[in-house]
Amino acid sequence: MAKKLPKVDVVIVGVGWAGGIIAAELTKQGLNCVGLERGKERKTEDYFMVHDELRYALRYELMQDLSKETITFRGNEKIRALPMRQYGSFLLGDGLGGSGVHWNGQTYRFLPYDFEIRSKTIERYGEKKIPKDMTIQDWGITYDELEPYFDKFEKMAGISGEENPLGGKRSNPYPTPPMKTTPSLEKFKKAATNLKLHPYNRPSANLSEAYTNPDGVSRAACQYCAYCERFGCEYGAKADPVVTVLPVAKKTGKFEIRTHSNVRRVLKTGNKATGVLYVDTTTGEEIEQPADIVVLTSYVFNNVRLLLQSGIGRPYDPKTGTGVIGKNYAYQVQKGSATGFFEKEEFNTYAGAGSLGMVIDDYNGDNFDHSKLNFIHGGSIAISQTGLRPIASNVVPKGTPSWGKEFKANSIKYANRTLSVGGQGSSMPFKHHYLDLDPTYKDEFGDPLVRITYDFEEQDRQLAKYLTERCVDIMKEMGADRIDSMNELGPYDITTYQSTHNTGGVIMGADPNTSAVNNYMQMWDAENVFVIGATAFAHNGGYNPTGTVGALSYRAAEGILSYKQKGGILA
Amino acid sequence: MPENTNQQEKNESLTRRRFLKSSGIALGGLAVGGALGSLIPFKEKTNVENVKSKKTENYNLALMYFTQEQFRMVEAATERIFPADDNGPGAKDLGVAYFIDHQLSGDWGFNSREYMQPPFFKGEKVQGYQGRIRRREIFDIGLRELQNHSLTKYKKNFIDLSEEEQDDVLTDFAEDKVNLTTISASGFFTMLRSSTLEGAYSDPLYSGNRNMEGWKMRNYPGSQMAYTDVIDKKFTVIPPVSLKDHLGH
Repeated sequence: MAKKLPKVDVVIVGVGWAGGIIAAELTKQGLNCVGLERGKERKTEDYFMVHDELRYALRYELMQDLSKETITFRGNEKIRALPMRQYGSFLLGDGLGGSGVHWNGQTYRFLPYDFEIRSKTIERYGEKKIPKDMTIQDWGITYDELEPYFDKFEKMAGISGEENPLGGKRSNPYPTPPMKTTPSLEKFKKAATNLKLHPYNRPSANLSEAYTNPDGVSRAACQYCAYCERFGCEYGAKADPVVTVLPVAKKTGKFEIRTHSNVRRVLKTGNKATGVLYVDTTTGEEIEQPADIVVLTSYVFNNVRLLLQSGIGRPYDPKTGTGVIGKNYAYQVQKGSATGFFEKEEFNTYAGAGSLGMVIDDYNGDNFDHSKLNFIHGGSIAISQTGLRPIASNVVPKGTPSWGKEFKANSIKYANRTLSVGGQGSSMPFKHHYLDLDPTYKDEFGDPLVRITYDFEEQDRQLAKYLTERCVDIMKEMGADRIDSMNELGPYDITTYQSTHNTGGVIMGADPNTSAVNNYMQMWDAENVFVIGATAFAHNGGYNPTGTVGALSYRAAEGILSYKQKGGILA
Repeated sequence: MPENTNQQEKNESLTRRRFLKSSGIALGGLAVGGALGSLIPFKEKTNVENVKSKKTENYNLALMYFTQEQFRMVEAATERIFPADDNGPGAKDLGVAYFIDHQLSGDWGFNSREYMQPPFFKGEKVQGYQGRIRRREIFDIGLRELQNHSLTKYKKNFIDLSEEEQDDVLTDFAEDKVNLTTISASGFFTMLRSSTLEGAYSDPLYSGNRNMEGWKMRNYPGSQMAYTDVIDKKFTVIPPVSLKDHLGH
């Protein structure tokens, strides 16, 4: 029998960005919240020895221990799904702050087009433009409705940036000025301007200057030390939940964080949740935490898994396209890029910051005409100076052997002589791309793993090719002596890193028949369960997801407060 | 490169002051993380003279996993992957074989943070490694087969082959021209190659990248606190520092 604890107002499952924002916003209004985090505590002092590429980037110090839990994957339903035994395509966060600790800090707002993608695509190109089986749908909210929440997230995190000439309207400028423009960024800016494109400094959660946010939290400026993605920030300059929202929640005295607490089930009576069942992983003890409201804020895969395991919501059926939990899993098309080799120039590419970059959105969303193209949407294109580290970065011209004398000579010669321009391609959902429970493989508790069924489609191959060509155009204009680029996208391969931008599975919308949550992230089928994260994305845009996850979290917080007072379905 | 050590020290302390200013630590009332707070005094204590006068033995040059024969083969094979040349030392002199030996004795060698639960099925390439064998066993088998293949093809042990012959044997592995039953020949070679680069370029703390020579070859500055002074400047060579320097010895 599980030990039963006293009831609280709200139990939060997973304490990363979404969980941290919810905790801060609800406790400020006097609600008692418990945050259950399966991993360990984290603090800035942990990163004293963080400039260690082997430990953090290649041995995945901050990531989920896959021996305890992973996912399984197959390209399509005819193939047997097998476990992701080692890391590759994406990195699952673990511990306080979740993936919000090891991120780069690239903080965009999805485009107005994204939120009304189906309507706007049909409006401009007709219904025929959308391939059969491509299950895009509107998100049940518009950019303008979400704008105040983007603003709130950016102010909390202190995002450094300048206005995107092709982005949605802003109510306020970014709270801090853009990051520094380095010689390589300058090169990109000039080339893009020559090509009549619209470059802007990438919005960054690595602070360009010291900043105090509306909650009174002060943080130091970024030192461009080049250890962001896969690392924690030893300065607290990179916004993460541990240095922003969690201290605010803690200060209220209303927030209790329990680490090493792994939630296995959401408990329910009828169509309402009554709390959660979790395991204290240090003792193995099973504990029941009753609550009026249950908020799921773990990463995409576990938000979906918890609902399926708990029998909450209607599981998605790919044969009929009915049901919603697990529906519209999407990812990203990252391989459209161009690498330029510069014979006469070296760059300080060893230095950088996770979000230091220059971007164009001329080929993103519906900012360009798709009439003659065999795909919809697009992607942002950027030069990034995140800092090239020596183990992972050994770029050599195509045709160079991968080992031996010539490899060594070229990898050293070009160590500081390559620049790369890359597209971050959007990812459209398809009827046969989804998440469900694996029939064979289990986690450490004997619960089924999540199974991903996903592959690239013609849409993705066309998009990758198009983005590659645009990247090559820019790289040519930048004056590279030699340019290498992708030939073709190939199948989705889980072994090579692409991005930790997995989306969908508990998507938002205006219609309970086709979406799992409304635009307050409240479940249609269980009104006191809120599911927050990139799980709510009905498709994935051409940007990093965190800015939009942040906005949706603030929106959800407002919804939860209102639900606590009035009850009922909010939208 | 700096003209002399005094100049270098002056530059360092200037950088530190600028760092304090630019990071906002000098501003009153800012909560600054402890990682940072403790970095500064440690750096202050660092003294180039001190380091020079205190020459200590390196007790890490011993083996945790490999047999002597395996160790010599790994030294020879990784040297072919990353040979000494005009740029600087190769894998052997960088300590890569010690690095791999030490790594195999820990988590990485046991795949202990990876999903190793049955059932095991052969999958598609895009599904990743699906074997039941752990890295230390892959090295045992891979090295034994490398020896067998050398003996079959050239009637000599791998380490006694000429450089060209060693390259030929390694190429047969890289291109799956040897038939192995338990492991993939190219899979073993890929692991050998990636761990060679890890040994050449990881922090010297792990026994490779000896004296930071790997980093020096490619002008990688190692573990610097800040690049605020050079980030928007032309290419700048900065002498490397390692994690050890942060502890002030």
